[in-house]
Amino acid sequence: MGIKFHLDALKTTKWWEHLIRFVFGGAITVIAGIIAKKYGPGVGGLFLAFPAIFPASATMLERHEQEEKEEKGVAPGRRGCDAAALDARGATMGSIALILFAALVWRLLPNHSAWIVVEAGVLWLAVSVALWLLRKYRHRLVGSFWHDSSSNIS
Amino acid sequence: MGDIVIRFVVGGVFVSAFALIGSVLKPKSFAGLFGAAPSVALASLALTISKDGNAYAAAEARSMIAGAAALLVYCALVIVLLKRTRCHTLAATLFAVVVWFGVAFAIWGALLK
Repeated sequence: MGIKFHLDALKTTKWWEHLIRFVFGGAITVIAGIIAKKYGPGVGGLFLAFPAIFPASATMLERHEQEEKEEKGVAPGRRGCDAAALDARGATMGSIALILFAALVWRLLPNHSAWIVVEAGVLWLAVSVALWLLRKYRHRLVGSFWHDSSSNIS
Repeated sequence: MGDIVIRFVVGGVFVSAFALIGSVLKPKSFAGLFGAAPSVALASLALTISKDGNAYAAAEARSMIAGAAALLVYCALVIVLLKRTRCHTLAATLFAVVVWFGVAFAIWGALLK
């Protein structure tokens, strides 16, 4: 399955789900600022990668998946949990790119303008997508590599 | 107080925007990338740079490396809990938060403190 925009998903999202994300996102940004002020940027910085909305988002995804299956008359079973696990699989690749984002900002920000943070954000997106594509097409890539190698040998 | 309100609104807007992008994308594993988007970081670093300067924000980003590594462990643990056990999503994701704290502070204490 290729990458697609599924705008219909917006219709199934309740207003309070947007509110929960907004409140959790705002709260963790405030908490990170307060902790940095009290204990220094060393401790405060940890919370810039805190999974603040992950539990709420994963639970909403599970619920949506279950509702979708029930509407189609299919027993949801563990499909909601499977959908949340797939979401988490994507987030592992996003996390690897996030490590790179943080390292880049740490090394470059002292000698560059604030725009380097935005550029690091773009890099996060590029690396995340690249990792996802690599994982998705790994069999094809490895297969073509072996095919090319064997062609050269013979 | 004004600073807290600004932080809350900016953080909320950034996190909501990335969550919205993730919610309209398919397949689910691709949408999941946005679960680890630097939404809080972008909001927080922008505000920190404007108030405390680049060096202070860079110090936060240094610690963020440990937080992001802990997030990687967090996501991997959530997958294991959901796929290998009969754990529910909320229970798995909340339990893994405890592990995030342990891993983040362990990495920070051992390598970055």
